[in-house]
Amino acid sequence: MLEDLGAEVREVRVPADLDGLDGLVMPGGESTTMTLGIQREGLGDPLRDFVRSGKPVLGTCAGMIMLDREHLGVMDTLARRNAFGRQIRSFEEDLEIPGIEGPVRAVFIRAPWLAEYGDAVEILAEVDGHPVAARQDNMLVISFHPEIAGETRVHELFLQGLKP
Amino acid sequence: MRDEATFRVKAGLAEMLKGGVIMDVVNAEQAKIAEDAGAAAVMALERVPADIRRDGGVARMSDPILIKGIQEAVTIPVMAKARIGHFAEAQVLEALEVDYIDESEVLTPADEANHIDKWGFKVPFVCGATHLGEALRRIGEGAAMIRSKGEAGTGDIVEAVRHLRSIRSEIRRLGTLDDMELATAAKELQSPLDLVRQVAADQKLPVVLFCAGGIATPADASLVMQLGAQGVFVGSGIFKSSNPSERAKAIVEATTHFKDPARVAQASEGLGEAMQSLETRKLEDQQLLATRGW
Repeated sequence: MLEDLGAEVREVRVPADLDGLDGLVMPGGESTTMTLGIQREGLGDPLRDFVRSGKPVLGTCAGMIMLDREHLGVMDTLARRNAFGRQIRSFEEDLEIPGIEGPVRAVFIRAPWLAEYGDAVEILAEVDGHPVAARQDNMLVISFHPEIAGETRVHELFLQGLKP
Repeated sequence: MRDEATFRVKAGLAEMLKGGVIMDVVNAEQAKIAEDAGAAAVMALERVPADIRRDGGVARMSDPILIKGIQEAVTIPVMAKARIGHFAEAQVLEALEVDYIDESEVLTPADEANHIDKWGFKVPFVCGATHLGEALRRIGEGAAMIRSKGEAGTGDIVEAVRHLRSIRSEIRRLGTLDDMELATAAKELQSPLDLVRQVAADQKLPVVLFCAGGIATPADASLVMQLGAQGVFVGSGIFKSSNPSERAKAIVEATTHFKDPARVAQASEGLGEAMQSLETRKLEDQQLLATRGW
């Protein structure tokens, strides 16, 4: 999706892959698997340094979890994993997000929500009273997958942050 | 408006598993080992394929108590196998709220003509395929993920390679056909024309494609990933080897770094004995699992 929006994309598997990046997407996936991968590759500190450099970071679903207090510890949030339940409770619905005109079709797959968050965190959207989109400094996190519905505007918002 | 169980919600979970390893487990202890080794999901079944081959008899869905134990033991998605055409087993698995149902040739088929109507379920399905026509028929029936079948329980990668290559090359071939020829291709593939057209245009399946059946080593995982699989299922290859935990970790690592031979080499070191293997070519026709499914 980012390539379709004109960005040059590189997958990050080892710390050296972070060199020279202007922004970072922490994508969806299984957060347990990702945590183990980050440990195995020694990616924890390099990722924390990247986030603290102030470059834009977008965390989607598992990415929201990876950035929280209990994982990389860079965002003042605590995500609750699989908060909506197992796959049979996965769903899609329209969300209003500040800065995006009109509804965003949000696909939630075994999605988390933010159970706790500090004062520095701005909540952008909620479902059933639980935060599912939020921002803190250079970090934007969403617990859903706009890309699965072909929704490009959240990623455009992230790419706009890359511009000087 | 909230919509549950739409096709993209079903297919979306498979998208999240891409690049990962899904491991066969028979109980909670194995599931925990798999999760700790970095599995993206686990597949619950009564016996691993190598044991089904050895013991024979009818292979069925797992005991629900084992599936519940696995669900309690891990936080990664829990998949479970139902017999081909056995929609009542699938209904039970849906009631247990497994995350994916594998309508699988590894179990003994319950219906020799019909597959389950997967559109009727809220839980998504993964199905095996040996070639493109079979894959598209399963998707037409509602499958939200496809795995190439390979020959489960052998530790022999040859059938997995054959099926994966067949699916991928048939997709490429569709890309060379015009509209009239695509209609003929749909007839030959015995597949829905709209799906054939879509695959021809997109040059990929409309759902995620994993590889299964015969993966026993890190290099096997790298091989099938380089041949275009988007992730791997490992059945007997892990828990029938001499050191399941280390082998599981190594296959995860090789799947992540499949393009980097140095990392695959590192992952392959000192894993002990691979599973006891069978050469597929020496099996009798009635011993083959991949031919189940129609």
